[in-house]
Amino acid sequence: MRHIISILIENESGALSRVAGLFSARGYNIESLTVAPTEDPSLSRMTLVTRGSDDIIEQITKQLNKLIDVVKLIDLADSDHIERELMMAKIKTTEQTREEIRSLAAIFRGSIIDVTPTTYVVEMTGPSSKLDAFIAAIDGDTIIEVVRSGPTGISRGEKGLHL
Amino acid sequence: MELNGAQIVIQSLKDEGVEFIFGYPGGAVLHLYDAIFQQDDVKHILVRHEQGATHAADGYARATGKPGVVLVTSGPGATNAVTGIATAYMDSIPMVIISGQVPSPVIGSDAFQEVDMVGITRPCVKHNFLVKDVTKLAETIKKAFYVATTGRPGPVVVDVPKDITDPRIKVPYKYPKKVSIRSYNPAVTGHKGQIKKAVDLLLTAQKPIIYSGGGVILGEASKELTEFAHTLGFPVTNTLMGLGAYPSTDKQFVGMLGMHGTYEANMAMHESDVIIAIGARFDDRVTGKLDEFCPHAQIIHIDVDPASISKTVKVAIPIVGQVKPVLEQMLELIRESKKKPSKKALENWWNQIDQWRAVKCLEYDRESRLIKPQYVIEQLYEVTKGEAYVTSDVGQHQMWAAQYYPFDKPRRWINSGGLGTMGFGLPAAIGVKLAFPDSDVACVTGDASIQMCIQELSTALQYKTPVKIINLNNSYMGMVRQWQEFSYESRYSHSYMDTIPEFVKLAEAYGHVGMRIDKPEEVRPALEEAFAMKDRTVFLDILTDRTENVYPMIESGKGHHDMTLRVAPGTSTDRELA
Ligand SMILES: Cc1cc2nc3c(=O)[nH]c(=O)nc-3n(C[C@H](O)[C@H](O)[C@H](O)COP(=O)(O)OP(=O)(O)OC[C@H]3O[C@@H](n4cnc5c(N)ncnc54)[C@H](O)[C@@H]3O)c2cc1C
Ligand SMILES: Cc1ncc(C[n+]2csc(CCOP(=O)(O)OP(=O)(O)O)c2C)c(N)n1
Ligand SMILES: [Mg+2]
Repeated sequence: MRHIISILIENESGALSRVAGLFSARGYNIESLTVAPTEDPSLSRMTLVTRGSDDIIEQITKQLNKLIDVVKLIDLADSDHIERELMMAKIKTTEQTREEIRSLAAIFRGSIIDVTPTTYVVEMTGPSSKLDAFIAAIDGDTIIEVVRSGPTGISRGEKGLHL
Repeated sequence: MELNGAQIVIQSLKDEGVEFIFGYPGGAVLHLYDAIFQQDDVKHILVRHEQGATHAADGYARATGKPGVVLVTSGPGATNAVTGIATAYMDSIPMVIISGQVPSPVIGSDAFQEVDMVGITRPCVKHNFLVKDVTKLAETIKKAFYVATTGRPGPVVVDVPKDITDPRIKVPYKYPKKVSIRSYNPAVTGHKGQIKKAVDLLLTAQKPIIYSGGGVILGEASKELTEFAHTLGFPVTNTLMGLGAYPSTDKQFVGMLGMHGTYEANMAMHESDVIIAIGARFDDRVTGKLDEFCPHAQIIHIDVDPASISKTVKVAIPIVGQVKPVLEQMLELIRESKKKPSKKALENWWNQIDQWRAVKCLEYDRESRLIKPQYVIEQLYEVTKGEAYVTSDVGQHQMWAAQYYPFDKPRRWINSGGLGTMGFGLPAAIGVKLAFPDSDVACVTGDASIQMCIQELSTALQYKTPVKIINLNNSYMGMVRQWQEFSYESRYSHSYMDTIPEFVKLAEAYGHVGMRIDKPEEVRPALEEAFAMKDRTVFLDILTDRTENVYPMIESGKGHHDMTLRVAPGTSTDRELA
């Protein structure tokens, strides 16, 4: 099962490598990992997407909690939550295809954030599946590069992950 | 008070109550060694190899319960310490390792003797720190001790760049009395509801067993465990790491469990209906084949580390907390409860256990004209009246020491269980002897293991730590040979060394007494003579039966009920007992 684990961790050098090291040492897989400081600069927020049986996910969360730098974590998959991923896609354009790409981007609520005579950069956020769908809708030969942040997530309702 | 970084390190150790630093100097720690030179509150023990420093500090920690302290230089000093750090980590031993590092400005430039110590040790420490600011040095050291000694203990590395200890830079010093770390709050007491459920289950058990481990020793809960077991009247088995946590000569003790555990302990586990695991971590040497592990049992598990619970074996009632308060909480409920364990059921259970005991799985050939290693350990037990601190290396000799020296007290049996580090025994014995100079300390070792840290014989002379080295010399890596006999049709690939040094001469060269014993009747007098030499380190090179194997044995991939037992004493064939 896919799980999205959200971690509040000390914003210290080495904290990220402790998490990454834990996953490689114990043979857990990481599908994606995003990290950035929070509104409290002493803390970072990490979002980690992983897959595993319930037993493995239980061990993953226990082992993460055991890291001294980890302050708190939740498995977002346990409750109602929202996931978003940021994507930027650089696409080759021609006179003929520009209109089509613009309208496709609009359908997916993306925006065009860079324009050259021969390219567009489309920015888009949403659940990963939406981004996948956009890419699938574009002619593969026209894609120059795609950059994705990996999903981040937040739980719905009043509860939140904080100190 | 204003101190420089080097002085801060030493003063912090002093304020922490540290007696001994086990270390070895080098460029990156020269400021620190200069500070050590100018004081004599904290005694420095100069080892001969950094691995020896870590094992000696580890032995000291296991025997005393206090954290061991190590000081090594950067680069090769730091890497040499890694095996000992990992050894302590696997057995949850509190240790603080201070490693020198190249000066901060050159970190990352492949400077002379630079290694990324924080990176290298990350997977084998409880935590580690790189000190970046001399004003944070004392607090960091305090945090290191706090993390190392609380919760599930473990080693903590403090990596100190050379510029941080610069004697010219002085800053105000105050050693914090207490520190807290917001992200680290280990559990102490257990959840009341869970404890209640556990007690209810225990009181209805028909075939219960207490499976206790190293956590009872680490958590100083031997007294509580003993009281708990006596109150309930249940059988107790211990892991290799738990030996001594419950008195081995007590009639409720059924011996060690697991791969080389007793027949009665493993059969009782297999047939039990309720198991309470106390500070034990269901290691694979204990469980054998997981699918066949304790098929009838509901399991209660007390452990301070939630990650130890349901890691390999799913348990019914997890209790996260320190063994000591949790057992106290349980005892109180048991005493208050109107329900008592069923006398009838326990009587039947004990009758069954006595039948398993009657198999006498630890019997061996006492008539042999060769020295049996088991006999040596039995004699060691008698000569030391069961009161010695016994360290060991890794191999067959380790298992025999565990099986034939019944430890009645915690912290007397000192061995590397989780990592199984050959070379551990001798330096560990030195650490123990420093802590308890008036007690007998024996190092049970093998002809291969002893050569892995033999250089520490020199340390033993310098610091006058008269330990007795009991070398069960079978001219084989016996444990490896045994596996090759069982699983590789006796193809003894590289488990035999063509040349073994003359240990007597070697001991003498290091300034100690050496004795060679090759007849059974010489064993007892030699041991007596050795232990009578109170102020000498004695190396007893005892030539034992080379073909002897460790029994019982659960071969890999088998369950507890599927043990290989020794047949008639003297024969080397074995049979399966279902
Ligand atoms: C050659 C060889 C053969 C071996 N054969 C066997 C064998 O036959 N049988 C055997 O048992 N072992 C054997 N071992 C040892 C084995 O590898 C493990 O080291 C051992 O079984 C682990 O013991 P333990 O479960 O008591 O855990 P430990 O490693 O001692 O861990 C202690 C547990 O208690 C917890 N804990 C710590 N402090 C506290 C506290 N205060 N309160 C609550 N919980 C706490 C920890 O979180 C941990 O889960 C062998 C080793 C070697 C090298
Ligand atoms: C550092 C290290 N290397 C290798 C091993 C694997 N190993 C386990 S037991 C053993 C043989 C030990 O031989 P010896 O010390 O003579 O003890 P014996 O089994 O003969 O009693 C070996 C090589 C180990 N445990 N540690
Ligand atoms: Mg040997």
